[in-house]
Amino acid sequence: MVTLQINGQTHEADAPDEMPLLWVLRDVIGLTGTKFGCGVALCGVCTVHLDGTPVRACVTPVSFAAGRKVTTIEGLSPDGTHPVQVAWRDLNVAQCGYCQTGQIMQAAALLSQTPNPTDADIDNAMSGNLCRCGTYTRIRAAIKQAAAATGGAS
Amino acid sequence: MSRDPRTEPVITNISRRSFLIGLGAGSLVLAAGFPVLGRAEEEQKKYAGEAMPHGLRDDPMIFVAIAADGTVTIVCHRSEMGQGVRTSLPMVVADELEADWSRVRVAQAPGNEPLYGNQDTDGSRSMRHHFMSMRRIGAAARRMLEEAAAAKWNVPVAEVEAVNHEVIHRGSDRRLGYGELADAAAALPVPARETVKLKDPSKFRYIGRGEVGLVDNHDITTGKAQFGIDTRLDSMVYAVVARPPVYGGKLKSYDDAETLKVPGVLKVLTLEAAPVPSEFNPLGGVAVIASNTWAAIRGRDALKITWDDGPNASYSSDTYRATLEAAARQPGKVVRNAGDVDAAMASAAKRVEAEYYIPHQAHVSMEPPAAVARIADGRCEVWACVQAPQTTREKIAKHLGLGEENVTVNVTLLGGGFGRKSKPDFAIEAALLSRAMDGRPVNLTFTREDDLANGYLNTVAVQRLEAGLDENGRPVAWLHRSVAPTITALFGPDSRHEAPFELGMGFVDTPFAVPNLRLENPEATAHTRVGWFRSVFNVPHAFAIQSFVGELAAAAGRDPKDYLLELIGPPRQIDPNSLPDSWNYGEDPAIYQVDAGRLRRVVETVAEGAGWGRTLPKGRGLGIAAHRSFVTYTAVVVEVEVSGAGEISIPRVDIAVDCGPQINPERIRSQMEGAVIQGVSLATVSAATFKDGRVEQRNFDGYRITRIDQAPREIHVHLVPAEGYDQPLGGVGEPGLPPVAPALCNAVFAATGKRIRALPIGDQLFA
Repeated sequence: MVTLQINGQTHEADAPDEMPLLWVLRDVIGLTGTKFGCGVALCGVCTVHLDGTPVRACVTPVSFAAGRKVTTIEGLSPDGTHPVQVAWRDLNVAQCGYCQTGQIMQAAALLSQTPNPTDADIDNAMSGNLCRCGTYTRIRAAIKQAAAATGGAS
Repeated sequence: MSRDPRTEPVITNISRRSFLIGLGAGSLVLAAGFPVLGRAEEEQKKYAGEAMPHGLRDDPMIFVAIAADGTVTIVCHRSEMGQGVRTSLPMVVADELEADWSRVRVAQAPGNEPLYGNQDTDGSRSMRHHFMSMRRIGAAARRMLEEAAAAKWNVPVAEVEAVNHEVIHRGSDRRLGYGELADAAAALPVPARETVKLKDPSKFRYIGRGEVGLVDNHDITTGKAQFGIDTRLDSMVYAVVARPPVYGGKLKSYDDAETLKVPGVLKVLTLEAAPVPSEFNPLGGVAVIASNTWAAIRGRDALKITWDDGPNASYSSDTYRATLEAAARQPGKVVRNAGDVDAAMASAAKRVEAEYYIPHQAHVSMEPPAAVARIADGRCEVWACVQAPQTTREKIAKHLGLGEENVTVNVTLLGGGFGRKSKPDFAIEAALLSRAMDGRPVNLTFTREDDLANGYLNTVAVQRLEAGLDENGRPVAWLHRSVAPTITALFGPDSRHEAPFELGMGFVDTPFAVPNLRLENPEATAHTRVGWFRSVFNVPHAFAIQSFVGELAAAAGRDPKDYLLELIGPPRQIDPNSLPDSWNYGEDPAIYQVDAGRLRRVVETVAEGAGWGRTLPKGRGLGIAAHRSFVTYTAVVVEVEVSGAGEISIPRVDIAVDCGPQINPERIRSQMEGAVIQGVSLATVSAATFKDGRVEQRNFDGYRITRIDQAPREIHVHLVPAEGYDQPLGGVGEPGLPPVAPALCNAVFAATGKRIRALPIGDQLFA
């Protein structure tokens, strides 16, 4: 039994220590906003925050998450109004939408560290997050819009 | 209104009632469907949506429900996979209905083509085939609301008007909301199709504007969106399957002793292999059922399996390429012939020849194939990310020995499709496993490794082109041989030639004005499952042809854009039957001709938009390509930069598209942007290759797709306006892709002088 703090709530999960956080979230606790794409940290669709730092949940043992604050897409904001979420809707970034929860978590972490990112910053932060539909130009634009909305672009 | 038997609904009352219950009480319940086609009309050759299985439906009582609070629910019967169909089709209905978009909800139809009409979400057909039927649905429902209001006020219906979710009588300044009218409207007969009055396009609120946000935006950005893999049911278990790694292979033996020791593993069982050719059937293998996906994967890792690899065990991409090349250097089946190519070639002032190689492509949708099934009381219910829910229903019914009426296929969001999810093998597996688990819900997931190992790849192709040029560099002779295994080999073991729908994808429908032209299709044998992939055979055909045009322009010392326009020739309509292209994307050749003028116009539009001819610094180049596919015309200009070390970057891509009337321009732009990036992927990094019958790439480290840092920094989409909404619609989802790779390789040639003839570019430019 492992105790997790997820989106401000305490969860007791019956899972072995080495079980990846991804599968604990999805199959044990039932939070399916964090996606499965590759299982080996190559695509970023499973990105969540551990104490505010983006990690790939598919290669993060659940024991490593115990004692840290886990934030998933479901808890990024109470009502879906994080500036990154708003910008994503504003620009209709999504096509199929499957990778976008991971993209949003990665982008939110970027902006919390780098409120006014350059194109190179965006490349560095976002190049681990794949999108097969090809929404990259809108992702870049939405990150810049969210940065501007939060006063980053000063 | 008289009651003609033909106006009786084509569906049973039972299925209708269950559907309306599903939408909740207080719904608009209407009385009868539109008349079905008369016998004489049925005997004519059908095209477009009417020629698809189960055709089109335009009955508002099936597609629209209005609740007492005014909430309008519109059914989307096509699968959402990123093309925006759940927004765009209901938007058309809402516009004709004069509904306030903020009060519209979208309900996803389960697989049921007798009720909803064709649901095969492929071939860039959703808006192209269903625009008019969606308009009629909205317009008929609007008329019924107006009639209901007129009756309540006891005024002629001509005096009332539906405007933005209410009906107004201007003479007395009375208004009634749609919710207040729903019950009365429901009691009225549906107006006959020929009496339904469509809106004047000048009154469109949403169509053509591109101002409507995606209906799933909130769910997608908050993690609430439900994809196939996300389905959660009580007592559900999770499964992965070890399938034969070689197509046609079989399970010889297995040892599950270690698997059964893995905590969480519940059961190991075998699935029977389908005979080859396997169509859409599962490949068989060993399934591991567990209490969570991770335990199932670990359990599968612990299996010791011996496979009988079967007849395709020696399939290797290296040797197969040589086989295709050998075939391309010999005469093959002639599929189009004009003039005397051999004589013209012999007397040409100059001859140019080139061979192009395009490897298999994998779809790698970010959501791998996944489905949930449960069986109870003789009924199977499935939740799945499928592009063809009716086919899924039929196949599952057959595999389980149930009647179709006892199989329900609920369509979730698709986390990408690109043609892979047209094949329901994974949903059938989920159903078979649920049956083996006594009906318990089973969530069957492909891992990424499974997705690559057991996909339905795009074909692999060698394209050989030869041209004879006159003293002015104009082509007088053109010989093209296309060699590629056919998708139809999935269904018939002796299929070795491209089928009409493959030949017609940018090969026999080539519009070039060359007097002596011969197209040949030598044999090729499939050794893996070849399937539909976005743009399908247009990918190899367009890559070869548009690259070759660039090579000819260079040989002639001409500007590539001018040379391309000259080759297309003067604006003119070409009858597809004259080529001969018997397929023409299923469209009426009288309406959808091969229009050289429209192809010219996208070339001219993209050239102007991209600033064709502008001076670039050393190491940069512009390349151009154009293509007709899915009865839409696209042209691309790529600006590339190649570093001294041979690294490619793409500062800018321009794409022009003429798809006829633009119903949701915002999503058309989005589809073009996505197609450009997917095109860059397949041009630069993506390839699925075989060794010993097995796909060599196991995950995204081997099968690479473009990441944000390698994607074009800017994409400019140029929409060519249509003359009106009565013009024929073209496809949108696929046509952006084919010209991207050749435009990029033409740009590489302009930048470096090096001609890329095999995809992907990979390290070919490295110093």
